[in-house]
Amino acid sequence: MTVERGHALELLRQMVLIRRFEEKAAELYTLGKIHGFLHLYIGEEAVAVGAMQAFTPEDAIVATYREHGHALARGIPAGSLMAEMYGKANGCSRGHGGSMHFFDVSRRFYGGYAIVGGGLPIAAGLALADTLQGRRRVTACFFGDGAVDEGEFHESLNLAALWKLPVLFLCENNLYAMGTALARHQSQTDIRLKAGAYALSADAVDGMDVLAVESATRRAAEAVRRGEGPYLLEVRTYRFRAHSMADPELYRTKEEVERWKTRDPIALFATRLREWGLLSDADLTAIETAVGREIEAAVAVAEAGPWEPVEDLLRDVYTPRTP
Amino acid sequence: MKTTYREAVRSALSDALRSDPHVFLMGEDVGRYGGAFAVSRGLLEEFGPERVRDTPLSESTFVGAGIGAALGGARPIVEVMTVNFSLLALDQIVNNAATLRHMSGGQLSVPLVVRMATGGGRQLAAQHSHSLEGWYAHIPGITVLAPATPADARGMLLAALREPDPVFIFEHATLYPTEGEVDESAGPAEIGRAAVRRLGGHVTLITYGGSLPKTLQAADLLAVEGIDAEVIDLRSLRPLDTPTLLASIARTHRAVIVDEGWRMCSFAAEVSAQLMEGGFYDLDGPVARVCSAEVPMPYAKHMEDAALPQPASIVATVHEMLRRHG
Repeated sequence: MTVERGHALELLRQMVLIRRFEEKAAELYTLGKIHGFLHLYIGEEAVAVGAMQAFTPEDAIVATYREHGHALARGIPAGSLMAEMYGKANGCSRGHGGSMHFFDVSRRFYGGYAIVGGGLPIAAGLALADTLQGRRRVTACFFGDGAVDEGEFHESLNLAALWKLPVLFLCENNLYAMGTALARHQSQTDIRLKAGAYALSADAVDGMDVLAVESATRRAAEAVRRGEGPYLLEVRTYRFRAHSMADPELYRTKEEVERWKTRDPIALFATRLREWGLLSDADLTAIETAVGREIEAAVAVAEAGPWEPVEDLLRDVYTPRTP
Repeated sequence: MKTTYREAVRSALSDALRSDPHVFLMGEDVGRYGGAFAVSRGLLEEFGPERVRDTPLSESTFVGAGIGAALGGARPIVEVMTVNFSLLALDQIVNNAATLRHMSGGQLSVPLVVRMATGGGRQLAAQHSHSLEGWYAHIPGITVLAPATPADARGMLLAALREPDPVFIFEHATLYPTEGEVDESAGPAEIGRAAVRRLGGHVTLITYGGSLPKTLQAADLLAVEGIDAEVIDLRSLRPLDTPTLLASIARTHRAVIVDEGWRMCSFAAEVSAQLMEGGFYDLDGPVARVCSAEVPMPYAKHMEDAALPQPASIVATVHEMLRRHG
């Protein structure tokens, strides 16, 4: 596999940005700056970063409640995301959504959906609108292995295949539906095979290898863009941290987590880049320094952001009417 | 021009499909079958399969796809065959359609219209006779309409298509064959305004949807006895036109609410609370409710009749009210 140096460093930078953003979020959570549920993306960075390379600004993104990585990889400013988690009015969703509900319509980022499987029908609908209006766009729909249990997964794959809708279904299989291991919630653990029942094209890829994710997603997205109908891409990954900040992780062993950490997507990629002579110590230091500054600035944006006035409590329930 | 409720809905659908290229209709059997209630018959032939789409039996997903299509700039009209099946789509309705505007900090709006048949009275037993308008009216972020006349069936659908946010229209299945005057040149109805269907000074009967014909029959029966009932058709459950209700009870001093939903936590309970909050000192006695009995809908005709509000039970409730607080 070959990769151009500038692109490689950018992939690495984005993964490091997500990692450091999440570490900072966890820290701010324990400090009481961030509340509610917080689901970290640590360990899964190669999925969002690799996949997002395949999409144009015209394409639409639908994500889950573990969507910080997707939002950052889509280019939403870290400050706007951090402010959202603080609950500030300068957050990407005006402080209405928090960690699980990032939205940025200017980047066609149609949100973090916190009911497992709930985003799949929405993605089918966005793709339907494109089809009806003759636009050649792709809707990328991220969801986890837990969503495969939901009826909406099967219904959406069927509907999208039946109507040849341009949706790329990206299953981030991190092997756990919250605390329930894949083999304890699916009779068929090879998720890619589900596509066969609905006559979808499908593939599976190592989600710890950012370049493999990028190329598999590009292939899939191009097939969808050519009008070949929807596609299911299973991306096999692992979450290094607990499901949420409230999770004591009683359902998996420390040894299992440690084993997966030897396949840390950032370390793996950095090692390869060094082997290929594309990454020096100075490059890595420069990335870490720049990312560190970006996170620091993001926290400052969140700290300085205003609270939404309580008088605006009922704002945005309905669209304001112009008389 | 006199037309049926069914024809009135179809004419609104047809007008909408003709006048706005973004409008499309999807749902179970809306195309080739012509709609379970024959509402969309002929539309597939006229507008083609791109715009009149038969869906798989996947309520959650085709309602969710309607939400997504609305986000994507289309103007979907989703037909969920009946309210009973809409329960399979509640996740999309409650968690997505109703929340996306707010949750996105006002970036999104969901211009989605969902139509469904509702109600009992056709001997379809416990799984096909629900009247859950009150459940839907509980949810902020959506609009809930219950047209009771052919003119409203047309006007409210046209109005719903001008709303920037999700609108749910409940069409009582017993109303489809009913006839009424419809002005084909009439535009959209006003959303959020109740209609006084009959003027009267002795008691206000408040109802909506499929209970309107029964309530008007009850008013006729009462009139024979010299009891002059005012009948108000709510038309829109959310938003609710409370001022029209309060103005009426300020004159009649008595209110009976007729609601096909189960009595416990019914929409009638909400109306009753609003009358108490805003009109307590105008009332001569407690507000009364005529609702469905607390039982899954029985199949046998005599039992179903007994479970549902009927003109006789409305009349009896008014009699009792006048006896105690006349």
